[in-house]
Amino acid sequence: MYLARVIGTVVASHKEPNLSGIKLLVVQDLADEGTQKSVIAADAVGAGVGDTVLVLQEGGSAREALGKPEAPINDAVIGIVDQYKGYGPESRA
Amino acid sequence: MFYGKVVGTVVATEKDPRFEGYKLLVVQKVDHNGAVSGEPFVAVDFVQAGRGDFVCLTKSKDASWPSARTVPTDAGIMGIIDAVTLAAGKGE
Repeated sequence: MYLARVIGTVVASHKEPNLSGIKLLVVQDLADEGTQKSVIAADAVGAGVGDTVLVLQEGGSAREALGKPEAPINDAVIGIVDQYKGYGPESRA
Repeated sequence: MFYGKVVGTVVATEKDPRFEGYKLLVVQKVDHNGAVSGEPFVAVDFVQAGRGDFVCLTKSKDASWPSARTVPTDAGIMGIIDAVTLAAGKGE
């Protein structure tokens, strides 16, 4: 799992049917702050843009967290973080 | 999931039979702005994407999910992106 910030949303009206009903968030690992790196994560907890979140990076557990056994996903937002310490670009050094 | 741009196609008559019925597309890895951010690769198309489409893909075993896990792939095109809306100051 990693800590990330929700920096946007993705709309893809034409998508794999098992993805319907899943909100797609643009999340950026806190350690990648200031870069143009991000991934698309399925939202399992109602996170919004600007939230700091906990992201699960394994499809099987992500599907369970979403209750969507057929969803073809890799990452899922499974927590909204209030506080954290020691995680960020400097922690990657 | 990650971002890609469809840049080409692959025709392979001699291939694993489990590919039957699925198109193979060449995809260029891009970032959320659509700028090139990695090497081209081959993905299975699950949504009838076309050349030039900005798409979202799933990697590794999860990429074979929609096909009842039979298609032998590590990359699957799962959606054609209409829009990526970024918070102020986050895009290029």
